[in-house]
Amino acid sequence: MTVSGSTVLLRGRGIVPGRVTGEALVSHETISGWGGIDPATGTIIERRHELYGVCFTGKVLVFPGAKGSSGWSGFFQSTRLMGTAPLAMVFTSLTTKAALGAIVTRVPTVTELDGDPVALIHTGDMVEVDADRGLVSVWVAASLG
Amino acid sequence: MVTLTDEEKAMRDGAEGDAVAAAMDLLIRYADALGADVLCETRNVAGTTTQPSPAKTKLMEEGGWAKAYAVINLDCDDDLEIPDVKVPTCQLQHGFGEDARGVMPYPERNIDLQADAESFASSRGINILATCTPYQVGNLPTYGEHVAWMESSAVVYANAVLGARTNCEGGASTGAASLTGRIPCWGNHRVENRYGTHLVESSLRMDGFQDWGMFGYFVGDVVQEARPVMTGDLGPADLADLKHFGAAAASSGGVEMYHLPGRTPDAPTVEAAFGGGRIPEPISYGAAERRAVYESLNSIGESEDVDFVLIGCPHASLDQIGRVARALEGRRLSESCELWVMTPRALRTVADRNGWTATIQRAGARVLTDSCPAMSRVAPEGTRVFATDSAKQAHYLPAILGIEAWFGTLEECVDAAVTGRWRGGLAPAEVVR
Repeated sequence: MTVSGSTVLLRGRGIVPGRVTGEALVSHETISGWGGIDPATGTIIERRHELYGVCFTGKVLVFPGAKGSSGWSGFFQSTRLMGTAPLAMVFTSLTTKAALGAIVTRVPTVTELDGDPVALIHTGDMVEVDADRGLVSVWVAASLG
Repeated sequence: MVTLTDEEKAMRDGAEGDAVAAAMDLLIRYADALGADVLCETRNVAGTTTQPSPAKTKLMEEGGWAKAYAVINLDCDDDLEIPDVKVPTCQLQHGFGEDARGVMPYPERNIDLQADAESFASSRGINILATCTPYQVGNLPTYGEHVAWMESSAVVYANAVLGARTNCEGGASTGAASLTGRIPCWGNHRVENRYGTHLVESSLRMDGFQDWGMFGYFVGDVVQEARPVMTGDLGPADLADLKHFGAAAASSGGVEMYHLPGRTPDAPTVEAAFGGGRIPEPISYGAAERRAVYESLNSIGESEDVDFVLIGCPHASLDQIGRVARALEGRRLSESCELWVMTPRALRTVADRNGWTATIQRAGARVLTDSCPAMSRVAPEGTRVFATDSAKQAHYLPAILGIEAWFGTLEECVDAAVTGRWRGGLAPAEVVR
């Protein structure tokens, strides 16, 4: 991990290739697929979740990992098919649900980072996800003025 | 990068056709994402291809069920001929049960779509077990067998109780596994990833599957995705007990593997459960923890007027169906309440022969198959308050349907259906030390 001024560079491993830049949406809690998101609208629907009612479509979704049903990958795949997918994924805990989910959502995805993305990235930060090289660059929103 | 055998390379390069090549391509991408070194061979896949969804319906309308299978179950946009499955594969629970037509406010179109999808799946050799408990109806993996299963409650039963080896797979990985007989050899497939991580000591003796369900709910909440080892004078544990223990631990947490030393096959002793490594400080489960779980599962209920009782999550065992029949003998459900027992179709056939189905139906209750309200996302019309003997269903259904829940014993649930009132209460814990 490298910090210079208002930018942070995290190094990890890309698991779905591609390079995109967009706004971060950070979840501190793990996310459920089945029973947790609505693919028709791209929103979190789990009532007790910190992001209840928030839309992740077109955002760089930063989260600790996947929880719940084995339908996780299928529900995120549906977001791609319904046009509501996130722009990219950055997550901490590598599991079969999250890995397969990222693959079938077909968005650039980086994991196994050298710093905790959920702590270091904030909702609203601009983030470049370069999954071809396993890099995540963060421009901290507060310091952009 | 995953290392492939010559046979796997040939599949990737198209020797067995385009669909198998697409399946192998997905498995390679998946194995590389996980960091798996090799694939393992499997001859037992449990997945799903029949459940209707808006995205799947759109694909089917564009290019038929083969198109839907290619995109959803192989992550491939090419027009593929889908061949017969290469290894034994079963369909887990459906989204809808045909036998609930007219009973449930199901969208008719979804029932028809699913019937059509089932025809396509069975034409390719997929066994339509249509249950979340394939291990109850003819799909019983052997000890050490590598399998590729979906359904969190079935995955944890296969790993912990049967000693088979599977990760929590998804629709695409099981779709690819069924055409290739391969799955990434990662996670629970490797012995070093199956040892215990947490020790949970119970001072209570379990009294039936409600108690096991509460214990599982506690354990899952505490260890989340980890691998707990439970000790104590727990009393007997049968199929239904461990079915409920695992399903609950995979609902409050993401438990895919656990050990009950002296009982589950990977752990003859506590030491073996931890692979000879350090045994961690124990986490205690006692009367206070049990009561807290009970209160948490009952925190969504306010109204004591019960409209709907659901038995059989995961799908009811024969013993559970028999208990419902005995509890309903000579009684009649309240006019304002429905009672459903969900079970696999194969067990329903046995319940019919035993006369249990007739007893249950005489009381005004139903034995239904293939699905459940959480999968269908529908309850009987007008349901505001439901009661269940399943910690898993009590966990999920209020969130999915926006209804109130009561959690209790099977007999308390039957009583609620007969009286239309919830009168359950937590029986005293049996403290053994």
